[in-house]
Amino acid sequence: MNYHWNWHVFWEPSPNGTGTYLDMLLSGLVLTIETSLCAWIIALVLGAVVGVLRTLPSRAASWFGFAYVEFFRNMPLLVQLFLWFFVLPELLPRSWGLWLKQLTNAPFYTAAIGIGLFMSARVAEQTRSGINALPRGQRAAATALGLTTPQTYRYVLLPMAFRIILPPLTSEFLSTIKNTSVAITIGLIELTAEARAMQEFSFQVFEAFTAATILYLLVNIVVVIVMRFVERGVAVPGYIGGK
Amino acid sequence: MFANFDFDVIRRSLGYLFLDGMTFTLTLTGLATFGGIMFGTLIAMLRLSGSWLLSRFAGLYVDLMRSLPLVLVIFWFYFLVPYIGQWLTGATRPVRVGAFASSLITFTLFEAAYFSEIMRAGIQSISKGQPAAAQALGLTYAQTMRYVVLPQAFRNMLPVLLTQTIVLFQDTSLVYVLSIPDFLGAASKVAQRDGRLVEMYLFAALVYFVISCVASFGVRRLQARIAYVH
Amino acid sequence: MKCPRMSGRVFCLVLAAVLCTAQGEAEELSGTLRKIKDTGIINIGYRDSSIPFSYLDDNQKPIGFAIDICLAIVEAVKKQLKLDKLTVEFNPVTSSTRIPLLANGTIDLECGSTTNNPDRLKQVAFTNTHFLTATRFISKKSSKLNSIDDLKGKSVASTSGTTNIRQLTEANAARNLGINIIPAKEHAESFLMVETDRAVAAVLDDILLASFAAGSKEPEAFVISTDAFSKPEPYGIMLRKDDPAFKKVADDATAALYQGAEGQKLYDKWFMQKIPPKNLNLNVPIGAELKKAFAKPTDSPDPDSYKAM
Repeated sequence: MNYHWNWHVFWEPSPNGTGTYLDMLLSGLVLTIETSLCAWIIALVLGAVVGVLRTLPSRAASWFGFAYVEFFRNMPLLVQLFLWFFVLPELLPRSWGLWLKQLTNAPFYTAAIGIGLFMSARVAEQTRSGINALPRGQRAAATALGLTTPQTYRYVLLPMAFRIILPPLTSEFLSTIKNTSVAITIGLIELTAEARAMQEFSFQVFEAFTAATILYLLVNIVVVIVMRFVERGVAVPGYIGGK
Repeated sequence: MFANFDFDVIRRSLGYLFLDGMTFTLTLTGLATFGGIMFGTLIAMLRLSGSWLLSRFAGLYVDLMRSLPLVLVIFWFYFLVPYIGQWLTGATRPVRVGAFASSLITFTLFEAAYFSEIMRAGIQSISKGQPAAAQALGLTYAQTMRYVVLPQAFRNMLPVLLTQTIVLFQDTSLVYVLSIPDFLGAASKVAQRDGRLVEMYLFAALVYFVISCVASFGVRRLQARIAYVH
Repeated sequence: MKCPRMSGRVFCLVLAAVLCTAQGEAEELSGTLRKIKDTGIINIGYRDSSIPFSYLDDNQKPIGFAIDICLAIVEAVKKQLKLDKLTVEFNPVTSSTRIPLLANGTIDLECGSTTNNPDRLKQVAFTNTHFLTATRFISKKSSKLNSIDDLKGKSVASTSGTTNIRQLTEANAARNLGINIIPAKEHAESFLMVETDRAVAAVLDDILLASFAAGSKEPEAFVISTDAFSKPEPYGIMLRKDDPAFKKVADDATAALYQGAEGQKLYDKWFMQKIPPKNLNLNVPIGAELKKAFAKPTDSPDPDSYKAM
């Protein structure tokens, strides 16, 4: 019942034939980063749109935004991924369903879109609170200047709203990176999955998970530092936290 | 489109799903919330304490837990807890920990980091006059915390704490990665045994959705009622 | 438990066992036997869907060929330790959690469809072999996949943590097949992927494939390949490493079971008769190699040592 430590396992060849165990983990890391970025882009675009919808004067748009956010927030991410991956192909016409199931990178696309949609609800909420945090005079002044609603959003509200919500958006991005690990259940072999595979092939449980932990921490630190640069770069001097 | 589906499988497995699966999920949620808030409050107090060492330790703990995916933490604790038990109790062999105990420890410790941030915000939001007045009345630090600060902080942050509980409730579905039988795990088992993926997963999604919706609605009502009285 | 002390204890234990067989008094217990005596509980790891070795029946209770063998071991332990009551607790395990859970003490015996091989022997121990099976793949007849090379460029499922997925990974690399390997958590899930056309084939031990095909909605639609990824390899019940006292009890119990008439009856019960939950008869007569392994119980991990004469 003693655990046999073996830190050299990282340099031992993995049964994949693609190199060492360390290579396995790094390829998982690459997939984690790719999935997170794709999901984040989807989340930003959709989230911004829905967030804006929720702040529009139109009742219909507001209701749609509310329903969208409630739908994606009230189901666990895992359940949502299962719906996209297992249920959707069965509900479509047979040939489409078959095509979806046999897609070579099905887990990747499903994970990116599923996580993207899940996070878009949260980005929508952030966008909404960002827009609502702006002084009401902004919108009034824009109307007084003769700007239409789309122009108001594009030139007055959104630029400042995004700067306000940059810090919470950073933590949402970090959340997206963490959420990619949930895709292990639909077969995406990202970092956590590779650590698990390494544990199964080499029986070195703690070495594998320590490596994965360190890699996640590194990614976190890099993202936080990069976002700090971004924040400083886009800050408007003399306005809300600008220098 | 729905011709091939056998929704009767849901009715046949209702007992197993709710008596075994949902009980596990709800018990885990309840106990982990309780434990998480207790431990989280402790961590928050450590962070706000004067001692640099304690404050840094608490800060590191929170940062670590918040940087790691829950799936990874679940794997860690599942394999690690028996060895920790052996080390803590000085036993000759790893302490046997069942699936439920391991999940409970995992979720309590993981969510404590999030609860601690909430409680920290709550404690910091109490006006300085309160602890000052308590000190003037001659209360010790412990008494100030117990009778003056924490009750107010807790009451102020109640909606946020409850929202985090709903998040916890949804997160418990992740024990699926270890084939631990929570509600989703139970639905999955039936789905795979009978080949009825669509029916079971749709049903599971519906149940989670309804419970979360009702809970968030309740929290919103509560939020409206607890006005921030100052 | 540190090794240097263990060797001294082992000697004492063996000596005591030899000297005190009449009274059946154990001088000093250690390891698993000590744990069982102290707690009065023995923990058995079972599988969800390794039909007919270890699986859940309609009432979600673990049953199977390996479970019955384990219960025989439990009886032997009970007699050895002279306990009036020995509670048996069942813990679910999967292919990927079975070894860590055995190592960290959550289970004492893993009763399922675990292959005994030299790699695993570095981490765990096995008792006498209870089955022999080779790794093959199952596919729908309509896919017309006959050999391993036919899997080139396709999506193939297998269960994580098994020797099967490892052999598939190695074959994929060695023969440059470019197979998209989909890992599943449990055997049932691997097979389900083929049923739902998500994968064209599933790679598992051939006996498990046979039971899945037999229990599926359309058994005739599936075919198990004749091509194998490995020679027939032995299944064994897993125990913790470095625990010779417990292993001896297990070895003696299983040897007695296999060599006696009970062993043949047990085999027939699970392989030649109707089994729950769907009352199917797998109809797999005992092979020559397994007959030899039952007559002369062995825990060897080497597939070549099982060749029939």
